Amino acid sequence: MSSATAPLRAPTDWNSAAMQARIRNRYRSERLFRLAGLAALALAGLFLAFLLVSIGSKGLTGFQRTDVKLTVAFDPAVLGVPAGTRQPAVLQSANYQQLLDAAVAASIGPDADGIVSEGAWLKLRDALTENPALLGMRADLWVPATSDVDLLAKGIVDREAEMRSVSDRVIREYDRLQAAGVLRTGLNTTFLSMADSTDPELAGIWGAAKGSLLTLFVTLLISFPVGVLAAIYLEEYATRNRFTDIIEVSINNLAAVPSIIFGLLGLAVFLNFFGMSRSAPLVGGLTLALMTLPVIVISGRIAIKSVPPSIRDAALGVGASPVQVVFHHVLPLALPGILTGTIIGMARALGETAPLLMIGMRAFVADVPSGLANPATVLPVQIFLWSDDVQRGFVEKTSAAIIVLLVFLMLMNGIAIYLRNKFERRW
Amino acid sequence: MTLSAITLLILGLGIVAYIAARTRAAAFATTHRAGSREIGQVHSRPNQHGWFVALWALTPALLLVAIWSVVDQGVIDARAIESVPAAQRPTTDLDRQAFLNEVRGVATGELQAAFDPNAERAAVVWRGAKNFSNLVVLGLAAALALAGAAYGLTRVRPDFRARPRVERFVMALLVLASLVAIATTIGIVGSLLFESWRFFTMVSPVEFLTGTVWSPQTAIRADQIGSSGAFGAVPLFWGTIFIGAIIAMIVAIPLGLMSAIYLTQYARPNTRRTMKPLLEVLAGVPTVVYGYFAALTVAPAVRDFALSIGIENASSESALAAGLVMGIMIIPFVSSMADDSINAVPQAMRDGSLAMGATTSETIRRVLIPAALPGIVGGVLLAVSRAIGETMIVVMAAGLAANLTANPFESVTTVTTQIVQLLTGDQEFDSPKTLSAFALGLVLFVVTLILNIYALRVVKRYREAYE
Repeated sequence: MSSATAPLRAPTDWNSAAMQARIRNRYRSERLFRLAGLAALALAGLFLAFLLVSIGSKGLTGFQRTDVKLTVAFDPAVLGVPAGTRQPAVLQSANYQQLLDAAVAASIGPDADGIVSEGAWLKLRDALTENPALLGMRADLWVPATSDVDLLAKGIVDREAEMRSVSDRVIREYDRLQAAGVLRTGLNTTFLSMADSTDPELAGIWGAAKGSLLTLFVTLLISFPVGVLAAIYLEEYATRNRFTDIIEVSINNLAAVPSIIFGLLGLAVFLNFFGMSRSAPLVGGLTLALMTLPVIVISGRIAIKSVPPSIRDAALGVGASPVQVVFHHVLPLALPGILTGTIIGMARALGETAPLLMIGMRAFVADVPSGLANPATVLPVQIFLWSDDVQRGFVEKTSAAIIVLLVFLMLMNGIAIYLRNKFERRW
Repeated sequence: MTLSAITLLILGLGIVAYIAARTRAAAFATTHRAGSREIGQVHSRPNQHGWFVALWALTPALLLVAIWSVVDQGVIDARAIESVPAAQRPTTDLDRQAFLNEVRGVATGELQAAFDPNAERAAVVWRGAKNFSNLVVLGLAAALALAGAAYGLTRVRPDFRARPRVERFVMALLVLASLVAIATTIGIVGSLLFESWRFFTMVSPVEFLTGTVWSPQTAIRADQIGSSGAFGAVPLFWGTIFIGAIIAMIVAIPLGLMSAIYLTQYARPNTRRTMKPLLEVLAGVPTVVYGYFAALTVAPAVRDFALSIGIENASSESALAAGLVMGIMIIPFVSSMADDSINAVPQAMRDGSLAMGATTSETIRRVLIPAALPGIVGGVLLAVSRAIGETMIVVMAAGLAANLTANPFESVTTVTTQIVQLLTGDQEFDSPKTLSAFALGLVLFVVTLILNIYALRVVKRYREAYE
């Protein structure tokens, strides 16, 4: 282009005030934009911190329980058993409620209603069956206090509030007992070893944790082998045709189906069609297995794909059959990646609630489940159930249960990250 | 002897068969080598012979046990019911189920005693039938396993081609495993369609999809007033869209997009390494935890805020609380999709823009985001599909009132909330109330499927454009 036809234009004066202002503006908007990005990230982080701190601060007291010291006179007449008996069966079925009432009246006083937990008689029974020599003697025992007393001891109840759940009388009694030194707050072993209860002070998380373990066991047992085999087929043997396309499309779609739809499937097929029992870990595990399967297949395929073709060529070259190539060489090399994906899928299954509500795992289960067909509940459903409970004492239990669940999840993800770092290979 | 014990026994037989065949094959393999005959005469390796025999021992017997375990329950239950005098037999399905649960409980010793004296007697019959059935299956399965092993062992010879047969079995297993995915899809579609069809024979699809009143009661008595219930699902669809596609996205899109931009364009590698796991943790928190947080902390705060700005009827179960928390849950999802899309934009475009003197933010706003837009939109659609299928947050924080309102401080309900509400507790499987949950599930399934397929296609086409 010749200079004659180019439009004449004065060169930009970069030092002019207008241009300087413009540049300042541009730099300012650059800084603002960058700040906005940082703010978005910080907000997400802040929210996470807020979530964890708010649940942690509420939940830690859930691992503690307040006990009351009772002086119990194991009087055979009150218990309704022959004096000096040592037979466990007789001792098991004695009248402990009456014994507890007598002990409460003697140790705390006439105004003791709502101080000692209704389940405290179990403590007396355990003490006596453990040491039958106590019969006819007196002993000091620590028994669980009610949730009201527990909340007072932890300072959760606002004494000044106009509407508080704890009555003036219980507060008076609490202050008196506290001054007398017969209250103590310590580790709540009940919470870690028992199942659900209608009383917050007697409720435990172990039943739900075991339900989760049983459910995940079924899930793993089904989804891992099936997922790995399907991944091997799709990645190593399947020729591209209509049939494999259908399989691939359905796996990709299943990965995106909302989890509650799997609950509907479990309800319609496993419960109504096959007539399996409601609330059982077996059905829950089957439902979650179908949900986890696509995750394992997809991560398995990625892991298998990352094994370099030279390995396969070498194995084929020395005379291995296609099946031997995969099962002797490719699979062992891909296994760490497959395991990582499986653990992540399992962690997701552990936190899943909605499909299990559909198949009846929200039932109130007061026993620790002992088998795959027993009614059970799982950790996230237990959290949901407790969060629905109106009793004030369940708030800290819910948060404590969330802490337990998050600890399990962190453990699983930690193992997955460890596996990835330790065995990951770059070819 | 229980079925699991029988299974273990058969597995034991399989191991014995494997060892026997392997030893036998190993013996002729060594003699052939020692006799310096041609090695080609022994076709398969000893462990392949072992597998061949073990599969013959295991497969038929285990199949039998599996089929038996499905069938025998019904037969035994029927026996137990028949033992009750005809006049006292449970009539409805629900009663029958309760009665059988009691019988089974007593028979297996889980229940100390039954309330129903009939159940006590039926339990004896049940236990007898169960023991008999287990004995029969034990005998049959053991016979099958032994016969299979014996047949297999007769085939173990130096020139027998065990490997191709075992490998064919393995291939069949692989195909079978891949079919599980198809079976699941068919199961989902089939069960949703079947139950929805039953629902639509009672309630017209037009009323369901266009009606604006939702009150799914079913009458206890047939002549009760208002016994029919109303199944107009529009308020639910609106609530789902309002929470999942509007409020949640207003939170998630800016926050997710901006954090992705910061992480990919501004952050130093070290910051990126520490901040990315943070978003992953946010994605890994179970939804029930978010739901609890929404109900306990966010919802009261939102209500107090609404009261403070002068809204009288602020509900403690507001659409805003559920939507806000759901938006935060979706942030990592949007962020990682946006991250991928921005990274897929060719470096040359970015370099070109910077070389022309644009600042980083100008490059991002004028070049990178327009170029990555299809990918980002696809990611947002995937996020919407995730949000409308999300259950626990809305169940715990959004409430049950089917309002058709655009006021975020009021309570709305969603499709997933109603599914949970309709299907928990005691159910009868022929009432429109219960079946409507499956119709809602069908709508949810179809909508999320279309969103996913469309979004994945958009993302894929976008990726291909720059490859």
